[in-house]
Formats: sequence, C-alpha cells, structure tokens
Amino acid sequence: MSALSAEGLTARYPGQLASRPALVEVDLEVEPGQRLLLIGPNGAGKSTFIRVFAGLMHAAHGKALITGRPAREVRNLVGVVSHATYLYDELTAAENLRFYGQLYCVPEPAERAAALLARVELTHMADVQVGRLSRGQQQRVAIARALVHDPPVLLLDEPDTGLDVAALGPLEELTTMGGRTVVLTTHNLSTGLRLGTRVAVLSRGRLVHMHASVSPGDGPALVDLLEHLAHT
Amino acid sequence: MSRFVGQLRTLVWKELLIEARARETVLAGGVFALLVLVVFNFAFDLRVENVAAVAPGVLWVTVTFAGVLSLGRSFARERDRRTLDGLLLAPMDRSALYLAKVIASLASMLLVEVIALPAFIGLFNLVVDLPLLVLALALGTLGLAGVGTLFAAIAAHTRAREVLLPLLLFPIQVPVILATVKSTGAAIHVPGLDPPEIGQWLGLLIAFDALFLGLSVLLFDYAIEEE
Repeated sequence: MSALSAEGLTARYPGQLASRPALVEVDLEVEPGQRLLLIGPNGAGKSTFIRVFAGLMHAAHGKALITGRPAREVRNLVGVVSHATYLYDELTAAENLRFYGQLYCVPEPAERAAALLARVELTHMADVQVGRLSRGQQQRVAIARALVHDPPVLLLDEPDTGLDVAALGPLEELTTMGGRTVVLTTHNLSTGLRLGTRVAVLSRGRLVHMHASVSPGDGPALVDLLEHLAHT
Repeated sequence: MSRFVGQLRTLVWKELLIEARARETVLAGGVFALLVLVVFNFAFDLRVENVAAVAPGVLWVTVTFAGVLSLGRSFARERDRRTLDGLLLAPMDRSALYLAKVIASLASMLLVEVIALPAFIGLFNLVVDLPLLVLALALGTLGLAGVGTLFAAIAAHTRAREVLLPLLLFPIQVPVILATVKSTGAAIHVPGLDPPEIGQWLGLLIAFDALFLGLSVLLFDYAIEEE
C-alpha cells in the first residue's frame, strides 16, 4: 500500500474561480520510505498539496489518502514543517515541544522534548522563549515540533526557510533518518535534490512531470524546466 | 474521555500561561472597563429613583464591551501567528479547542470584572447583595464567553474581524444580556423598594447558557474550518 496517494485530487481556496483551482486532478503515489521533491513555479500548487495532505484543507474532488485512509483521519501519522513555525512566542522552546507532545498524547513529553532539542542542537536554548530565538533557531524548534510524535510521514513545505548552511545538516539528518516517507517543497533546489529520491513537477495546479529517481546532477535540467514553466 | 480531558487541560494551560506572560487581554480589558465606568459616571445623573434601572445596564455594557476585546484576541492572535494551523494539525476533538478557549476567555473576563466591580460599586455608591451579583455576573459572563468564542472563531477568518465580531455577537446575545441585566438589578438594593423577583430570570439565564454552549460545541467544528 502506498504511504501517500493522490487520486484525481482537485482543490480550490474559498472564493477561487471554479475554472482555476489550485490543484487540478493530480494523480500521484509515494511508496513508504520514498522522499518526493515537489517543485514548480510560484502558484503551482505545491503548498496547497501539502495543506490538503496535512488535513488543513478539503479536496474539492478526488482523494488525498495516507496509508489508504483519508488524510484528515490520520493526523497522528503526519508531521508538518512549514515556513510558519506554529510555535508560541511566549512559551519556551521546551514548553512548546511539551505542549505539542501532550496534544499528540506522546508518552513522557518532557523527555521527548529534551531529546529532540538535543537533536536540533538547541539544548542550551530550551528555557528561552521562542520569540527571543533567531529565525533559524525557531525553524529548528519547528522541525523538532513536527517530529515530536515520531510520524512515519513528513510534509515539508519550504522547511529550510531561515536556516543557515550549518543548520541544514540537522534538517537533512532528521528528514532522511528512520525510513520516513517525505514530501518536500523548497526553492533551494540543491537542498531538495540532496534530500529527495523522486521529483514531481507541478505547474498551474497540474502534475506535469515525474522523475522516478533523482540525483544532484539533475539540477541544471530541472532549472531549465522550471524556467520554461515560469514563462509559459 | 481521558484523552479528551488531557488535551483540554493542555490547551487551557497553554492559554493561561500565554496570557500570564503577555498580559495583553486582562490589562487592556481592565483599563477599558474602568474608563467606561468613569465615562458613564459623568454622563448619568444617578438618583435613588433611577439607579435600579440604569446601574445594571451600565455594568453590562461595560462587561460586554470589555469582553468583546478579550474574545476578539483569542482567535485573531492564533490566526495571525499561524499557530491555529499547528493546533488543527493535531489529532484532537475540536470541541477541546473550543472549551479551552471558553475557559480562558471566561477566566480573563472574570478577572476584568474583579477589577471593575469595586469601581462600579464605589463610583455609583451602591449597596449590593454581593453573592447574588457574583452569581449573575458569573452566569452572564459564561453565556458571553460561550457564544462569543464561537463567533470569534468565525470572525477570525475575515479581514474585518473587529467589526464583524460585535455585529454577529450582540443580536444573538440579547436574551443572555436581558436576563443578566434583570438578575443584576435584583442584586442592587434601592432604599424604599422591594427587590424584584429574579428566580425566573436566573432560570432563563442558566437555560440560555446551556443551550448556547451546547449548540456552540456542535457548530464549532464548522466554524473553525477555513478551507
């Protein structure tokens, strides 16, 4: 069974014209353990795809399935990192992780929070309010937050936002370890090609290209394709 | 059930901790309530014969306006910072989120009332039946927090949320405000007048609170969905 599958998936935002949905009949399957790099020009539908599978948005038509079940019914199987951190500025890094751990009914949330902060190299900032952390540090806490319930599926919507080169290492390690299924969108193609094992290209909500495998050497051809799509 | 209670407790803890650290809602609401009471004190010429008719209305206009400030912030803050998405990602019953917001709003409104009530009694020189007044305030505030939280969730999706919230809330809130004003009036002693019978108004208030809270729990799932 596919870890994640889109079947004729169409989605539109409230007020959006029926003739121009954000996603148009996307068919896609991601097998367990695969890491799908989702790319496309601005407005291609990448973030919409992530929001539908995160259960934050309804599909207008078609299905968004995770392990064969509707995405909205299996929220505990999914971790999401977005350019928004979903963190509370007034709470410390450790309090934020404990809070989300308790919402996901994680056993021993305090220990889990401490372990994850160590993994993202922020143990020394555990008791600092998130509002006082740098953008890059906040994003590292956000990555820890997405992993707090140890989800088998990770949805990463531009997770490298605000991260410096040194911080990309823990991000890559955390997303590639444990055989998780990952769907990743990023504007940083070199990071994406290092993390991804497959590439899908979206344009104007449609799936227009699919690579069964990918390597860093595919970068120039994909850049050409993206430029072509951006101008058509 | 224990999972629901655990998540509710976690959400309430988060709300109260953030309010304790940010001190946005209670402080603003308290200062606002005091200002409104002072303005009313200058505006109305309260005498023995009209105090019973005017004072409860003054108190509830103050409480309702200060409450709308608090209610409006509860979801607007979550939405502006995108933390609402973080909450909606979690595998939890949405009614836990609703009840946590109601409890947090109720707590902050009651704190504002603790600030405003002595000023109200002092400025208008009133003799009150304090237990009855506290009961009327608590029940009225519960009704306001219950329906207000539902409409705050709806209004948070819109750009004109500050305008929309009172426009949605006040017409629905009329029965609760009416019952609360009558109950509050009975708690104010006016020399030479017998206190009015309020048993039916308190009963009505409890019934409205139960009805509005129950309906809001059922409707909140639809109100919070954005897309």
